Amino acid sequence: MPELMQFLFSGLTVGAIYALVALGFTIIYNASDVVNFAQGEFVMIGGMATFFLYAAGVPLWAAAPLAIVAAVVVGIALHKLAIEPARGASVVALIIITIGASIFLRGVAQIAFDKQYHRFPAFTGETPFHVLGATLLPQSVWVMAGAALAFVLLWQFFERTLAGKAIAATAGNRMAAKLVGINTDRMIALSFALSAALGAVAGVLITPITLTSYDVGTLLALKGFAAAMLGGMGNPLGAVVGGLVVGVIEQFSAGLISSKYKDAVAFIVILLTLFALPHGLFGRGRVERV
Amino acid sequence: MVHLLLNSRLGSLVSLAVFIAVAPVAFPSVFYYEIGASIFIAALAVVGLNLLMGFAGQVSLGHAGFWGLGAYAVATGPTHLGIPPLVSLLAGLLLTMLIAWLVGRPILKLRGHYLAVATLGFGFLVTMVLTNEVRWTGGPDGMGVPRLELLGFIIRGSRMWYWTSAVVLLAGVWLALNLVDSPTGRALRALHDSQVAAAVNGVDVARYKLTAFTISAGYASLAGSMAAFSDGHITPTSAGFLHSIELVTMSVLGGMGSIIGAVVGAGLLRALPQILTSLHDYEQVVLGLTMMLIMIFLPQGILPSIAGRFGWRST
Repeated sequence: MPELMQFLFSGLTVGAIYALVALGFTIIYNASDVVNFAQGEFVMIGGMATFFLYAAGVPLWAAAPLAIVAAVVVGIALHKLAIEPARGASVVALIIITIGASIFLRGVAQIAFDKQYHRFPAFTGETPFHVLGATLLPQSVWVMAGAALAFVLLWQFFERTLAGKAIAATAGNRMAAKLVGINTDRMIALSFALSAALGAVAGVLITPITLTSYDVGTLLALKGFAAAMLGGMGNPLGAVVGGLVVGVIEQFSAGLISSKYKDAVAFIVILLTLFALPHGLFGRGRVERV
Repeated sequence: MVHLLLNSRLGSLVSLAVFIAVAPVAFPSVFYYEIGASIFIAALAVVGLNLLMGFAGQVSLGHAGFWGLGAYAVATGPTHLGIPPLVSLLAGLLLTMLIAWLVGRPILKLRGHYLAVATLGFGFLVTMVLTNEVRWTGGPDGMGVPRLELLGFIIRGSRMWYWTSAVVLLAGVWLALNLVDSPTGRALRALHDSQVAAAVNGVDVARYKLTAFTISAGYASLAGSMAAFSDGHITPTSAGFLHSIELVTMSVLGGMGSIIGAVVGAGLLRALPQILTSLHDYEQVVLGLTMMLIMIFLPQGILPSIAGRFGWRST
């Protein structure tokens, strides 16, 4: 039993990170129909920039927000310089552009930072709690609480603010949103900024546990994308549930079956789910217009 | 003259053959034969992928998985089972196509991004198995591959592989060009434009998608086997996500729906890193930038965009 609790804790911790990445995918996809494979690079920028600022003597409480701002700037630049000029390109062409962006950002990180693994100290010490016989790192609590807070804030933003509703309107029907006077280009830029911020937050939160390096983004983007698809593309709740499910399955299969095949089990579950529910757990099939 | 060569099926095949035959004149060293061979082998896989993506309109982010199956077939067959290399290649080809057919049946019911993630998952599973079944595959370090013996000849060396892979590529291109102009090809293009419209017109959508998927897996498997033979060593990364992405990128850069474009895309993406190695740390920056710029300014891919500018039709 304590063992199972342990798997659950670590599963929810990585799952929370996948959920944040998946949420980033969802926000950009909803606003602009682009699947942004550079999403993992935002996580990398969050972690790496925080570390280098911290190493340069900036206190952690200031370094982390600065890193998030850096990621937001990159996110907006990505939209302005690479996505907007390619308007009207096919879905696959857009995928290649974002993959190109991800390779580009990784290359820049390699030069601007370095190729080493880095970590900065956990926010509130390393002494683990003991819960139901399992140990829980204080940083894991930060990760889960941070992800939960981000989700609640985001939800409030979309429900309660004009800008949030304008993004939702852009996602729903771009032409109609334009007709009621919404600056849809700005809303799409805003969605890139939001999703970059979410990714960077994930990077800041997880680095003390899993370390970071210039190339952590690829695998995170892969898992986040898979999680978003499991939940149903375009559904924020689905992204969160998908992320947590992938994380928990991964840790349980690592503990109970084999750590070598932990990623395999997650993907088998995703495949089987999609065979049964071709639009993911929460996705609704759209009626195709001919 | 040029558009005549690009317009006809035979024309594009002949111009490709002439280019391949003449190119070595400009090669300053044997190393260029090696790059040439690697381009042709990659191009073979991309020609197959192009049938699936460019003609049938189905995205696969896991095609390197089929490449990996072909590669490991010719490595494990002779080493562990005592099957001759050439027989291993053929067995690997058939097995990969069988797997693609079995996997394709449920997977191809998915659309768009769901199909992308499912194929991605498939590629991931293949890589996992190749990495973890150390006893059979040598694990992450990979394993050696015996030489290919053909009619008593042992094929080795960059020059020999240049010509061998060129012949196989030309055969593959010829087959693909014929397929594209056959009723099957027309059915594929119809379902690319609209699956519903194709179905209404009596195209068996599920069957043709599966056909394209299986054939393209066969191309990838053959390319994987050839790459394994010519390199003499394989690792699980050849089946990995990044390699799948590389194949897709080659197909899109060259121009989806253009068979010769597939060769152009493969050539560009294989040659570029060779040129860029002199840039050392800036290699990835320039590679990423090139991918973005081409897609922004030539969204149709290199060949169709250029052909379109001059009013040619390209196949």
